[in-house]
Amino acid sequence: MKYYRSHLLVCAGTGCVASKSLAVKKALEEEIVKHQLEDEVLVVGTGCNGFCAAGPVMVVYPEGIFYQRLKPEDMAQLVEEHLLQGRPVERLMFTDPARKKTIPRMHDISFFGLQELRALRNRGIIDAEKIDDYIARNGYFAVARALLEMTSEQIIGQIKESGLRGRGGAGFSTGMKWEFASKARGDIKYALCNGDEGDPGAFMDRSILEADPHVVLEGMTIAAKAIGSHQGYIYVRAEYPLAVSRLRIAISQAREYGLLGQNILGSGFDFDVEIYQGAGAFVCGEETALMTSIEGKRGMPRPRPPFPAYQGLWKKPTILNNVETYANVPPIILNGAKWFNSFGTEGSKGTKVFAVTGAINNIGLVEVPMGTPLRTIIYDIGGGIPNRRKLKAVQLGGPSGGCVPESLIDTPVDFESITKTGAIMGSGGMVVIDETACMVNIAKFFLEFTQDESCGKCTPCRIGTKVMLDILKNICEGKGAEGDVETLEDLSVTIKNSSLCGLGQTAPNPVLTTIRYFRDEYDAHIKDKICPAVSCTDLIKFEVVSDLCKKCGKCAKACPVFAIRWEKGQIAFIDKNICTKCKTCINTCPFRAIA
Amino acid sequence: MARINREELEKIKQQNKALITVREGTARVHVIVHMGPCGIAAGARPVLKAFIKEIEARDAGDVMVSVSDCAGLCSQEPVVSVHCGAEQAVVYGKVSEETAKEIFVQHVMGGTVLERYRIEERAEQ
Repeated sequence: MKYYRSHLLVCAGTGCVASKSLAVKKALEEEIVKHQLEDEVLVVGTGCNGFCAAGPVMVVYPEGIFYQRLKPEDMAQLVEEHLLQGRPVERLMFTDPARKKTIPRMHDISFFGLQELRALRNRGIIDAEKIDDYIARNGYFAVARALLEMTSEQIIGQIKESGLRGRGGAGFSTGMKWEFASKARGDIKYALCNGDEGDPGAFMDRSILEADPHVVLEGMTIAAKAIGSHQGYIYVRAEYPLAVSRLRIAISQAREYGLLGQNILGSGFDFDVEIYQGAGAFVCGEETALMTSIEGKRGMPRPRPPFPAYQGLWKKPTILNNVETYANVPPIILNGAKWFNSFGTEGSKGTKVFAVTGAINNIGLVEVPMGTPLRTIIYDIGGGIPNRRKLKAVQLGGPSGGCVPESLIDTPVDFESITKTGAIMGSGGMVVIDETACMVNIAKFFLEFTQDESCGKCTPCRIGTKVMLDILKNICEGKGAEGDVETLEDLSVTIKNSSLCGLGQTAPNPVLTTIRYFRDEYDAHIKDKICPAVSCTDLIKFEVVSDLCKKCGKCAKACPVFAIRWEKGQIAFIDKNICTKCKTCINTCPFRAIA
Repeated sequence: MARINREELEKIKQQNKALITVREGTARVHVIVHMGPCGIAAGARPVLKAFIKEIEARDAGDVMVSVSDCAGLCSQEPVVSVHCGAEQAVVYGKVSEETAKEIFVQHVMGGTVLERYRIEERAEQ
């Protein structure tokens, strides 16, 4: 047995790679060789650690020391002091911004300490490209149990009892879905995985695929046994090259061990998986459109019924589960349904992964028990709002979801409570919005997205979203008219009721929730021709508000066209003949004194 | 790599047990070699290597060896402390490669504390 006394886990997820973690890893390896430690310490590139805002990050075991914002030139000191002399380097550790104290150990940092890792249990702790690492953490033991000891009914019974609901958006009972497909008649059935994560700002599935690809293969194999399928497809977007490459490696390793293919673990059960790369159309995350795309046709939805459990891919009984749903399956089989549903609320069991992004300090990936209040996620785990700004709303569920206002920040995050606010749980996108954002503009942004991604098959979605978008554009440009909000509401109801698929049925949600909670902003745009958040360019006067101006001159220094006149001790003045309305001054002013 | 059955799956897990003990801190015994400049000067590195060699030779995946800062007992270096679960750590002084081997066999594997090399009892991380 080869023994390494210290394991250095460098994050090689997409976020940290973008902040040059691979250069850090290379420098680290060079320093280790220089000190002849290559035989004693092991450097591993892992999947996403979760704390993307602090990247590039590294965790050093056995101490569990968390290092952040690393640079290649830090590695000489780190190797010499920490690895050689056992003295962790304080200046590279995380500092708690509130208490101004360094926190050496990863689990003592509240971003990590308050999380409950289940779907992400292997993140940042194994080498995603080594099947043996996965096996060391009980990987494929759930498949062994499911294939060698359990019947299809027993597997479905366990999953139903656990209360697991789909993590892709709609939240349908996974066990029921499997039961329908299992009872559907047909000799050929398919088990599909939906990795077509398309919500702006969402990266839950990508991180699971990059950090722990085998868990998805294991979950799919168990599902296949439950419904009697022998062929699976993973639909993953081509914009996720690292996820695709790690999945490829995982599939080939699993095949070599006979954990995919014929007679898995000597059980007599056959199952294999292929990757199908999507071209990035948002609508292909919808189940029938995804199946149409795998069939080689243009990805467009079709009416249901027939439901995929009876007539899915190539008209055969099919199940489609999301990446995160599959990641939850192996531990349920190993630890039992009761273990799983010990966390969560009445109707929402287990944990949920969220991609927390936007105006928040600790941007990253978070897994918490269902029912955790939004406040805990935003403030305790997320570290609050930067630049001393105020929280305005949290956008949940991407373009299909809605905005939860600051006043509802104590809402527990579970399927039922979130639906009551008018937003949806969705797949786990959580965009934090501060006071500088205009809610009409936010609604416009999401509608621009869905309007662009509408496949065009049905009229309500194709034309309805276009008409809504035109109205929103007018409102933002100061051309809004009395009655616009009512028209938007009318159109929303029609589009929701009459669209063919989930894309259209949910597209008006961002508009409806912003009207519900921020009607005053719509009215200010339409009646007073003012954008209260000072965000919509056409409604900004570009004038300095004398009462708020602290005469600091920052705006004058920032203006790229020298349109601002300022002298020490004087209130700044914007010359509108020169001003190009670029908004640099507004973004620079610490006192929000330009309106 | 060849096709595996359930027993072989278990075997792979056991072979990689060290991964878990190091990263999850679930080791049965944790040996710490103190590595201040004083320790290194007194020969702590060969001692550390001796422990690693013993773990490798015996496939002792449930034992963990790591390094720590100077223990503040510079005259006794190289200093090694052995932690077994919640028990108080046993601290050995002036450890050589040979004593390291002895400590590993008798104490770490056998559970018998070697009183003659012991310098002080202290609870430490």
